[in-house]
Amino acid sequence: MTEQRNLMTRRGFLVRASALTTGALTMGYAAMPDPALAEAHAGAMISPNMFFDIHGDGRVVVHIAKAEMGQHVGTALAQTVAEELECGWENVDISYVGFDPRHGLHITGGSWSVNWTFDALSRAGAAGRMALIEMAAAELGGTAEDYTAKDGVISGNGKSITYGDLAKLGAEPRAFTEDEMKALTLKGNGDRSIVGQSVRALDIPAKVNGTAMYGIDQSVEGMVYATPAVPPVRYGAKVTNVDDSAATAIPGYLEHVVIEDPLGTQTGWVMAIATGYWAAKQAAEALKIDYDLGGNAAVSLADVHAENLRLIESGEDTRLVVNDGDIDAGMAEAETTLTADYTTGVNIHAPLEPMNALVEIVDGTYHIHAGNQFQTLLMGLVGALGVEPEKIVFRQALLGGGFGRRLDCDYVVMACHTARAVGKPVKMIYSREADTLMDFTRPAATVRMTAGLKGNQITGWKNSSASAWASARQAPAFMGPDLTGSDEKKYDGFAINGADHWYTMPNQQALLSMNAMAQNALPPGHLRSVGPGWQFWAVESFLDEVAQQMGEDPLALRLRLLDASGKNAGSGITTGGAKRLAAVLQDVADRAGYGSDQPENTAIGLAAVSSQERPSASWTACAANVTVDPASGAVTVNKLTLGTDVGLAVNPDGVKAQLVGSALWGLSIALHEDVGFEDGAIQASNYDGLTPLRMWDMPEIDAKVIDVGGYPTGCGEPGTTAVAPAIGNAIARATGARVRSLPITADKVKAAMNG
Amino acid sequence: MKLTVNGTDHEVDAAPDTPLLWVIREALGLTGTKFGCGAGLCGACTVHVDGVAVRSCQTPVADAEGMQVTTIEGLDPAGAHPLQKAWVEMQVPQCGYCQSGQIMQAAQLLADNPKPSRDDIVAHMGGNLCRCMTYDRIVAAIESASA
Repeated sequence: MTEQRNLMTRRGFLVRASALTTGALTMGYAAMPDPALAEAHAGAMISPNMFFDIHGDGRVVVHIAKAEMGQHVGTALAQTVAEELECGWENVDISYVGFDPRHGLHITGGSWSVNWTFDALSRAGAAGRMALIEMAAAELGGTAEDYTAKDGVISGNGKSITYGDLAKLGAEPRAFTEDEMKALTLKGNGDRSIVGQSVRALDIPAKVNGTAMYGIDQSVEGMVYATPAVPPVRYGAKVTNVDDSAATAIPGYLEHVVIEDPLGTQTGWVMAIATGYWAAKQAAEALKIDYDLGGNAAVSLADVHAENLRLIESGEDTRLVVNDGDIDAGMAEAETTLTADYTTGVNIHAPLEPMNALVEIVDGTYHIHAGNQFQTLLMGLVGALGVEPEKIVFRQALLGGGFGRRLDCDYVVMACHTARAVGKPVKMIYSREADTLMDFTRPAATVRMTAGLKGNQITGWKNSSASAWASARQAPAFMGPDLTGSDEKKYDGFAINGADHWYTMPNQQALLSMNAMAQNALPPGHLRSVGPGWQFWAVESFLDEVAQQMGEDPLALRLRLLDASGKNAGSGITTGGAKRLAAVLQDVADRAGYGSDQPENTAIGLAAVSSQERPSASWTACAANVTVDPASGAVTVNKLTLGTDVGLAVNPDGVKAQLVGSALWGLSIALHEDVGFEDGAIQASNYDGLTPLRMWDMPEIDAKVIDVGGYPTGCGEPGTTAVAPAIGNAIARATGARVRSLPITADKVKAAMNG
Repeated sequence: MKLTVNGTDHEVDAAPDTPLLWVIREALGLTGTKFGCGAGLCGACTVHVDGVAVRSCQTPVADAEGMQVTTIEGLDPAGAHPLQKAWVEMQVPQCGYCQSGQIMQAAQLLADNPKPSRDDIVAHMGGNLCRCMTYDRIVAAIESASA
C-alpha cells in the first residue's frame, strides 16, 4: 500500500476561483472524472482534491479527507499544507470531508494518513503559494520573482497584499500541469517552521467543553430511534419469528423491523424502533425472537485454533509470502531445529462511542450522518442496496474511537435498512452489548515458527501462519497475488505483515493460509496494528527463544541480525534500513537499563518491530520491565520504555501521544483483554467481560520520538505490536517460563513455570 | 417533572425510571454527556447531581428531581474550569469521547480534595475508561490543575 505515498496525480493542478461571490478561493486538483472508483479501491490510489479554501478574511480552511478518531490527523495534515502555503499557522482552520470521489480511495487506517499524503499536501501548499504570488504580481506590478510570501502576506517592491485580499479580488489563478507540480521545490529539514512543531491539536478545545460533535450527537427533525436485538450467535442466524406483545407495553415503542440484509453485513438482527433510545433498548430486550441459528452455533475458539493448526500442518491451499534463499537447504544444514506455535485469542475494538448512524431519506436521497473510516466502502455498500451514488450524501462526524472498527460499515447499512423500512429519519445506536457481541474481531491467529540453527547461525527461518483474513471478507480488492504470481493465489497482506521482518537471514520463508471456518463463524476485522499485532508477537518472542537456545543475549542477537545488508539496507522512505531499527532498540535498551541487575523475579524483555508495513516501516522498540509472582504467576508490568523513529515527525507531541496510546493498547491486549468465543458466540457483552486497561493498571512510561528527518511514516499502530512480545520475553527471562498464547494470564504463566 | 440542569429549570416529560443520561441528551439536547456502556462501567456519562459525580446512565431521572444537575456544558460558564484549561494545556484528549466524563469525575475530586496525591487520583478515576489510553495525560492534567 505504501507506494501510494507518491500522490502525484496524473491530473493537472488547478487553482480556481470557485466561489467568487463569497470571496473564497478553492485550491486543489482539477475535478476530472475518476478513471474508476474500482481502480482506486484495487490499487489503493489516492487522488486528492480540493485541499483548502482561502477566505476573504484570510482564514485558510484545510479540507481533511481523513477520519478524526483521536490521532489529531487534521492538525498534522493542515500543518503540512500550511508549511508550504506560508499562510501562517494561526490562520488555519480544518473541516472534514464527507465523501468525494475525487479523493480516490477514501480510507483512514493502516497508520497511512500522513505517510500517504505528506508529499501531495506539501505540493498543494507550495503550488497555492506560487499561484498567490503570481496573482499578487499581476495586481501590484512586476513579476513573481519580486515577491515573497510569509504568514499570509505577499510582499515585494515596497508593497504588500494579504491572501484574504487576493481572495476577495476574484481573479482567475493559474493552473499547474503535472510536470510543474513534480518540479516544485519543497522545503527540507531545517527549513520548516510549522511541520516538526508540536502545535496544539485543532480538535482538542471542543473536546473539553462538550461541543465536539460525534456521530451519536447528530440529529434531524422528526427522527425516531432504533437499537438492535442481536442473535445468540455471532454470524449466520436467521430470524424465524418475532413476538412483540411485551414490547408494546413499553411507552414510546413504535414498531420493530426484521433486517434482511442482502449484503450479509450482519445476520439475524431485529431493530426496535421507539421515540427515544431508552425505550428502544427496553423494547429490544422485550422482543421475543425465534432463530434458526445456522451452521456456526457449534464453533468455539478451540475449534478455530485447531483448524489453524490443521491448515499449517497440511499446507493446504497455502500462500507463499516470503521466500529468500533456499529454505529446504537451510533447514537441512541445521544442527538443531526449534519450533514453537504462537496464538492470539479473541480481541474486539469496543470504541467508547458505540456504532451508530443517522439516516434520513429525502426524495430518494440518503443523507447519512456517522463517523466512518472507510467511505469508499461505505458508498459501495449503500450503493449495493440499490441507491445511486449521486443519491448518497455522507456527512462525516468525529469518531469516538475507531481502532479499525469503523473501517466496517455494518452500522450504516443497518441504519439504511431501518430508515427505509420505517419511512422516517432513523437514529440507530448499537447498545454496548450489541456492539461487543457483534464486533468484527481481530482474527484468532496461529503462527508456527521454525528455526534451523548451527552454532550461532540461523540457517533457516520459517513462519507458517493461519487465521481468518479481514480483507477477504471486507475488501477483497486489497488482496494481491502471492510470490507464485498466480491470480488463484491471492492473499491478505494484512494477515501476514511483520513476517517480512528486517533481520538478515539467508534462508527464510513465510506461508499463510485462510481459516474459512473462522471467516464464517467469527467474521474478522482490522483491529489496531492488524497482522503485525500477532506476527511480531511470534517473531519477537521466537527470536528470544532462539537466542536462549544459542546461548546469546537477545539484544546482541538482534543487533547482529539488524545489519542492514542485502534487502535490509532500505531505500527511499526506509533509507538506513535495519540500522535504524538497531539504533532505536539500542536507545530503548539503554534508557531501560537493560543488562543492569534487577530484583528477584524481575526482568527486562525487549522487542523491536518495523510496523506497519515493510516499505514504510516505523522503527519501534519496547523494553518491558516485568515482575512475576512465582506463587500465582501474576504479571506486573513496572515500566514500558518506548522509542520510535518515524522519519520526519510532523507533530512530535502528537506522535508521542500515539506511541503511548498504542503501546498501552498493546498492553491491554497482552494482559487484560479477551472476550472468548464459545458455541458461535462472543462471551463478553460489556466492559466487565472485556476488562480493558484502566488507570490503575498503567505502568510507568518512558516514551521517546526520535526525529531523524526524511519522509514521515505512521505512528498510530506500531507501538501496539511491540509490547506483548517484550512482556513475554521479560517473563521468560524472569522465570524461565515461556508463554506463547495471548492474552498472557497468571494461569498461563503458572502452567508454563510448571511445564 | 421539573429538572434543573446547569442552573436552568426544565419541565421534562419522561418516565420516572428513564436514565438521566437520555433526558439530558435527547430531551434537553445537551450532547456533551456521552453514552458508553449503559451499565456504569465506563464513566462516559458522568455528571454532577448536587455536586456529586454520578453515572447518569444509572441514575433514574426521578432521583434528580429537585436537585442541581451539572453537565460538562455547565461546569464553567466560559468552559475555562482549571481542569478544562489543563486538559488543553497537556493535550489530553485523543478521540475525546470519554473526556467529558473524565473531567466531571476529576472536578468532584478537586472540589473535595484540592491537593490529591497520585494515588488519590488513580483511586478516584479508576472507574472512568479511556479506550485511547490517555491515562498518563489525564493524571498529569489533574496534577497540573491542582498545583
